[in-house]
Amino acid sequence: MIAHADTIPPARHPLIAWILRWILTTNHKEIGTLYLCFSFLMFIAGGAMAMVFRLELAQPGLQYLGADFYNQMVTLHGLIMVFGAVMPAFVGLANWMIPLMIGAPDMALPRLNNFSFWILPFAFFMLLSSLFMQGGAPNFGWTLYAPLSTTYGPPSTDYLIFGVHLMGISSILGAINIIVTIFNLRAPGMTLMKMPLFVWTWLITAFLLIMVMPVLAGAVTMMLTDRHFGTSFFSAAGGGDPVMFQHVFWFFGHPEVYIMILPGFGIASQIIPTFARKKLFGYNSMVYATASIAFLSFIVWGHHMFTTGMPLVAELFFMYMTMLIAVPTGVKVFNWVATMWRGAMTFETPMLFAVGFVVMFTIGGFSGLMLAIVPADFQYHDTFFVVAHLHYVLYPGAIFAMMGAIYYWLPKWCGNMYNERLGKIHFWTAVFGLNLTFFPMHFAGLGGMPRRIVDYALPFADLNLVSSIGAGILGLTQFLFLYIVVDAVRGGSGKATGQVWDSAEGLEWTLPSPAPLHTFHKPPQVD
Amino acid sequence: MRACRPIATISAGVGAMIRFPALLYRSLLAGLLLTLPHSVLAQGWDMREGVTDISQRIQTLHHVSLFVCLAVGILVFGAMFYTIIAHRRSVHPEPANFHESTKVEVIWTLIPTLILIGMAVPATITLRDIEDNSDADVTVLITGSQWKWHYQYVDVGIGFYSNLSTPLEQINNEQEKGEHYLLEVDNPLVIPSGLKVRFLTASDDVIHSWWVPDFAVKQDAIPGFINEAWTLVDVPGVYRGQCTELCGMNHAYMPVVVEVVSAEEFNTWIEDQRIAMELAGEAAVAARSRDWSMEELMPIGEAVYIQHCATCHQPDGSGQGITYPAQAGSLIATGPVDVHIDRVLNGVVDTEMQSWAPQLSDLDIAAVITYERNAFGNDMGDLVQPLTIFNSR
Ligand code: HEM
Ligand SMILES: [Cu+2]
Repeated sequence: MIAHADTIPPARHPLIAWILRWILTTNHKEIGTLYLCFSFLMFIAGGAMAMVFRLELAQPGLQYLGADFYNQMVTLHGLIMVFGAVMPAFVGLANWMIPLMIGAPDMALPRLNNFSFWILPFAFFMLLSSLFMQGGAPNFGWTLYAPLSTTYGPPSTDYLIFGVHLMGISSILGAINIIVTIFNLRAPGMTLMKMPLFVWTWLITAFLLIMVMPVLAGAVTMMLTDRHFGTSFFSAAGGGDPVMFQHVFWFFGHPEVYIMILPGFGIASQIIPTFARKKLFGYNSMVYATASIAFLSFIVWGHHMFTTGMPLVAELFFMYMTMLIAVPTGVKVFNWVATMWRGAMTFETPMLFAVGFVVMFTIGGFSGLMLAIVPADFQYHDTFFVVAHLHYVLYPGAIFAMMGAIYYWLPKWCGNMYNERLGKIHFWTAVFGLNLTFFPMHFAGLGGMPRRIVDYALPFADLNLVSSIGAGILGLTQFLFLYIVVDAVRGGSGKATGQVWDSAEGLEWTLPSPAPLHTFHKPPQVD
Repeated sequence: MRACRPIATISAGVGAMIRFPALLYRSLLAGLLLTLPHSVLAQGWDMREGVTDISQRIQTLHHVSLFVCLAVGILVFGAMFYTIIAHRRSVHPEPANFHESTKVEVIWTLIPTLILIGMAVPATITLRDIEDNSDADVTVLITGSQWKWHYQYVDVGIGFYSNLSTPLEQINNEQEKGEHYLLEVDNPLVIPSGLKVRFLTASDDVIHSWWVPDFAVKQDAIPGFINEAWTLVDVPGVYRGQCTELCGMNHAYMPVVVEVVSAEEFNTWIEDQRIAMELAGEAAVAARSRDWSMEELMPIGEAVYIQHCATCHQPDGSGQGITYPAQAGSLIATGPVDVHIDRVLNGVVDTEMQSWAPQLSDLDIAAVITYERNAFGNDMGDLVQPLTIFNSR
């Protein structure tokens, strides 16, 4: 009895004990779960906003929203999806899986881990509270362009700025933790070039985070001082330059889009070999391709700014560099196809999501390549064509990868299999809704429909109606997904084995399902 | 200049080469279009061809890159769907175990690189031509402000504002929407056909972007800086576009309309504008040399209010939160008249409430102030005369 004195908490109300356990936990699995739940909550919040503005856009004319509120919805949707849904989801996954995949007992800095998570609810509380403030929420787009966000921003902009600072701190701490864990806690024998690709892609992502989050922090701090302390970083009247904001923002922003996709690359590289029952094709080139994409992502930011009046040489430089990114990206896609080639494939839900990821992400890559052609970008820029592009890379890229990952590892986490039939229904309805929503946007953009407008000319009416219907379907699929996950946690369709998937490889599958709270006390030996 | 000649020759060659896929693409597209319902066709599925050499070359670039993507897509997805069908476990139970091949990997790194270089060459040539702003015949300074365009013909000293002319009733669904819903203005920009027109873009407040798809001109209008672009249109006609950089609440309501007319018509038009400006000057003198009655001012004021003020302050004067204060019962509209005049003439720095002095005549400002002080239940009963405004400027 005495031996347990330090592990049994003093008698508390069970509810309080339960709450405290989650607030104080330093266990990577529990923190991973917290991140995942939080990101899903944000995903629903950001999605609800999308439903609101898609409803308005279903028909020309103003029906439900005022123009200003529409802009608030668009802004918050972007910020919440990027910083609240995609990034925390991937960090949650990293928390759960990286220690299991490299044979570590936990993350290297468990308290820091707890801290980085618990910053987030406060950050988003600040951001969302702006909706209830006088003057409304920020309304200048997730790109925060000055001077709309500085001189003309509503008072709540300051809450956004501090919220972004908090998110940035959380991301940086999370990234440091991941790097330290990967460098120090690998099981004996697991050399860098033996690490699972998910670990590799996250390692590179973590470096991107550390390099660019401070840049974003700098950008919003300059916004803050321009707003309140009389500086003129972004105001020509005081000797500054509004375009400099865009340079700083996109120096963060372009690596940021790769922060949102590289872990997805890693996930696809885990799932596809398992269900093709064949080793990943070109492991080394996958690693090098990821690294070169990460490097190139730092020197292409200007492709978001072709219409700002850049000099010809700068336009050419950014065009060539952007086109170059297509090469390593292509290598990855070819490698995935080659992995499937002559395998013995089955298509359980994770595999469906992985294949859907590859196909639709590639479509987004194609439109990215088209956007890189500067003269053509003069026509595409700031139209719905860009909206189509970014959603093809981000929805199938980040969200599909994430959902595939959840189906793939959920049995390991909770010990039960999810309902396979419902999983497949979820996949196909999501594919249908996604394409119905975003494919027509290509045509709207080509026809001349600018983005971020609350109301549009009559020729775009049909396309927008189709998009809105698709968005509704896509929105509903999220509840199916939630149901499937909850159902699996509560028993699902039976117990999972430790191996879960017959030919899955990796240390995580050597553990029982559900993975016990503490794993790899003794590091496994990798040969 | 001599160094450029070989590039120009390449340009012509590449141009000829890329016509072919464009043709193929068109026929493919035509086939596709036949199968689709008519209403959807109203919009078209392709990038607009436009009416300038540049816009057509850009459309060709678009077709080329689309074709490259389609071809690569057919190859990659074809291979993928083939393997999905042929290498399912049920038909192909024994997986192969190859997992690398330097040869293949080098090939699929090199071939895409070559394709990309092939795409970059014509893009570079076109871009170089687009950025050649020299030797313009006419120059127009385009200044964006929330939410209208100000056009100034710098060589001849003529200028005017261009506002959305779609009635609020159409936006609020109380009236059937017209053919050019949201793409119509009170005063379009007029430019001559067959001459090179240079556009200088600038802004009074936030960043806007001036876009006419049919010219393939999209140039940001940035406060404190001046950007350049140009066009040369051969076909007279009316061309429509929109602001394409989020510029605040009414970003959707900031259309661009350009009327291209023959060079002679353009000259006559310029002359007419000059005369109109003189007449307006005389009218202004006439307006301030007499007293106006409430009955005369109120309808004029209401029209000005609806056109310029109502989008923010609302037609019933109820405003929108703290950002766009209400007029009904407001401290300004029911307070001292000189403060009210100052607010309308000079605006409030760094807010959407701009200075109306450059845009509106003395009469319009006098009328709208009179209207604000007597409408919405404000009932101040006072009148503002054009002469007062003239003296307050
Ligand atoms: C082959 C790879 C890619 C290329 C060549 C590419 C190219 C581009 C270009 C040129 C633009 C600017 C378009 C404009 O505003 O005119 C753009 C926008 C964008 N891209 Fe990509 N892209 C690629 C992949 C990705 C990936 C992987 C992601 C994210 C996962 C992504 C996310 C975005 C986003 C979010 C924007 C719009 C940002 C905004 O203005 O709000 N792209 N892309
Ligand atoms: Cu980018």
